[in-house]
Amino acid sequence: MSGRRIDLKGHAETVRHRMSSGEFGSVPVVLGLLLIWVIFQSLNSNFLSPRNLSNLSVDIVGTGLIAVGIVFVLLVGEIDLSVGSVSGFGAVVFAVLNVQNGMAEWLAVIVAVLCGTAIGLVQGFFFARVGVPAFVVTLAGLLGWSGLMLYLLGTSGTVNLDDEGLVATLTSHYFGNVAVAYGVAALGTAVYFLASYRDRRHRRATGMPCRSLAEIALRTGVVGLIVFGAAYVLNQFRGLPLALLIFLVVVAGLDLLLRRTPYGRRVYAVGGGAEAARRVGVNIVRVRISVFAVSASMAVVGGLFLASRITSASQTSGTGLLLLNAIAAAVIGGVSLFGGHGTTWSAFLGILVIQSIASGMALLGIQAAVQFMITGGVLLAAVVVDSLVRQAQKAHGRA
Amino acid sequence: MAVPPLLALRGVSKHFGAVQALADVDLTIRAGEVVALMGDNGAGKSTLVKVIAGVSLADRGVVEWQGEPVHVRRPRDATDLGIATVYQDLALCDNLDVVGNLFLGREIRRIGILDEVEMERRTRDLLSTLAIRIPNVRVPVAALSGGQRQTVAIARSLLGDPRVVLLDEPTASLGVQQTAQVLDLVERMRDHGLGVLLISHNMGDVKAVADLAAVLRLGRNNGLFDVNTTSHEQIIASITGATGDAVTRRTPRPGEAER
Ligand SMILES: Nc1ncnc2c1ncn2[C@@H]1O[C@H](COP(=O)(O)OP(=O)(O)O)[C@@H](O)[C@H]1O
Ligand SMILES: [Mg+2]
Repeated sequence: MSGRRIDLKGHAETVRHRMSSGEFGSVPVVLGLLLIWVIFQSLNSNFLSPRNLSNLSVDIVGTGLIAVGIVFVLLVGEIDLSVGSVSGFGAVVFAVLNVQNGMAEWLAVIVAVLCGTAIGLVQGFFFARVGVPAFVVTLAGLLGWSGLMLYLLGTSGTVNLDDEGLVATLTSHYFGNVAVAYGVAALGTAVYFLASYRDRRHRRATGMPCRSLAEIALRTGVVGLIVFGAAYVLNQFRGLPLALLIFLVVVAGLDLLLRRTPYGRRVYAVGGGAEAARRVGVNIVRVRISVFAVSASMAVVGGLFLASRITSASQTSGTGLLLLNAIAAAVIGGVSLFGGHGTTWSAFLGILVIQSIASGMALLGIQAAVQFMITGGVLLAAVVVDSLVRQAQKAHGRA
Repeated sequence: MAVPPLLALRGVSKHFGAVQALADVDLTIRAGEVVALMGDNGAGKSTLVKVIAGVSLADRGVVEWQGEPVHVRRPRDATDLGIATVYQDLALCDNLDVVGNLFLGREIRRIGILDEVEMERRTRDLLSTLAIRIPNVRVPVAALSGGQRQTVAIARSLLGDPRVVLLDEPTASLGVQQTAQVLDLVERMRDHGLGVLLISHNMGDVKAVADLAAVLRLGRNNGLFDVNTTSHEQIIASITGATGDAVTRRTPRPGEAER
């Protein structure tokens, strides 16, 4: 009886602490997303149509992949301003190698991504080893890599990609067979259930507190509802988009890397207490360099998806709002600018918010000016929430 | 007598530029014994801890481990010998939970994936062995009180089964109740047969748990006292450099001034 009461109290405390520590950072953004959807749907009944949602699910992928990379850098409390330029540069490297020099597509893709990795290693080196602030290094990168991109393009302002090629297929292919979307939904739900169930069994075997079967069933039910709902909607249009599938696999895979491996644990540790991490023998220089490598590599991958969407790479690749949208996506989704808090799923949710606003505005025929202002407002709100949470937590921790 | 002390320092010296932080310091720590290291601000206490822990190198002097001279050049060397250190500024990652902090840098993994269940089980075992009460080992340590954070930092140092633990001012920023928590923990460590070096400014803490008080003054040994048979005043006089008489006269404490 009293044991149970303590448990409940402990549980309530966990929830409260998680709230204040930003682990439930996804609750406000999910609510915000639902609100945005309701508003746009009430203004234009095409907003939640399968066609629009399907397009939305492909439009988020390019910028979303870049945002996922930025999450790594934000987690160690730094920033990467070069990702827009690097994504454009990567797309152009691919286009020049494949289209102008006849290199095989798969090889050109690999070379482009490795270029991104190399760029990240160099930028990370200057930051972590030489000690130049990341802001400055990547600002130099922002200019430098777009300069190199223009140089590579030379007189040809635009390079058109092969319409039928591998990269074009990334965003043009849909799994028309309804079984694929449902199969993926079933697989996702099953993996979620089995992971939770195994964790519970393992904990029970060692006599530790664990989730009740009812809670696991409920959570699995919610997950299942969301993914089967999404599969149903996508099947109403053209089926599961290949791009969305890749995006989800990458987000889930990198989430596993960040939250379930020693490497990921060190990334969070460096963001939450670099000195503490150093004293227990974490090589913080290596961790810091690695996150910039991930960020730049993901920037190129995202850049290839953006190029795929318009089947070309040009002088405008990676320019405009791309950088800001990618950073905003991560922050809106709940990644702290102060380091140590957030996941790759934050980037997924954040880019959904941004792209939903963009898509809704386009449907309503509202000018870009208004769209910028609204997205800016959402970003400001997210950063303010983040700052307030951090301050409250600091005050609490010192108490 | 036949058993050599766990740790003995002889003639350890260290300077920073013109500042002689440590000069010919001797110190001995035995198993099952709490030695308090006392001294004014800047007396060299933290510097001594860093030398023992391998964080900084002494200019001169010998470190003996169980009677054998050893070279401690890196933190790893000290850890490998069985010396654990809890620094003055607690080095915890605020965003990680208790389990994450305890196992940071030595995570248990299965096929490359963190074995959270096993790490949590060992955390609970360790905390219950030490009778440390943390309501939930899965909350980020930022949410814990100062005393709880300190006990987490100490628990982490015990995870590698050390023989000697160095605690640099573990109670400096704690309230009365939280200080008691930490001192209880120090006593349990002694009962488990560990040698403990406890740096403290607080006579009350020292009287409560220490067996011996070693005093540093301006980087030099300035007395080694048996805490149970020595008065507050004598130790304080040795810390401040005043003569024992002057201090005794200024703060008379009947019944304790017999020495
Ligand atoms: N890294 C350092 N560089 C220069 N001087 C130092 C350094 N660390 C300590 N000192 C000096 O050495 C002396 C002893 O310091 P410290 O060991 O921190 O004293 P305590 O911990 O007893 O207060 C002080 O005069 C301090 O200024
Ligand atoms: Mg000190």
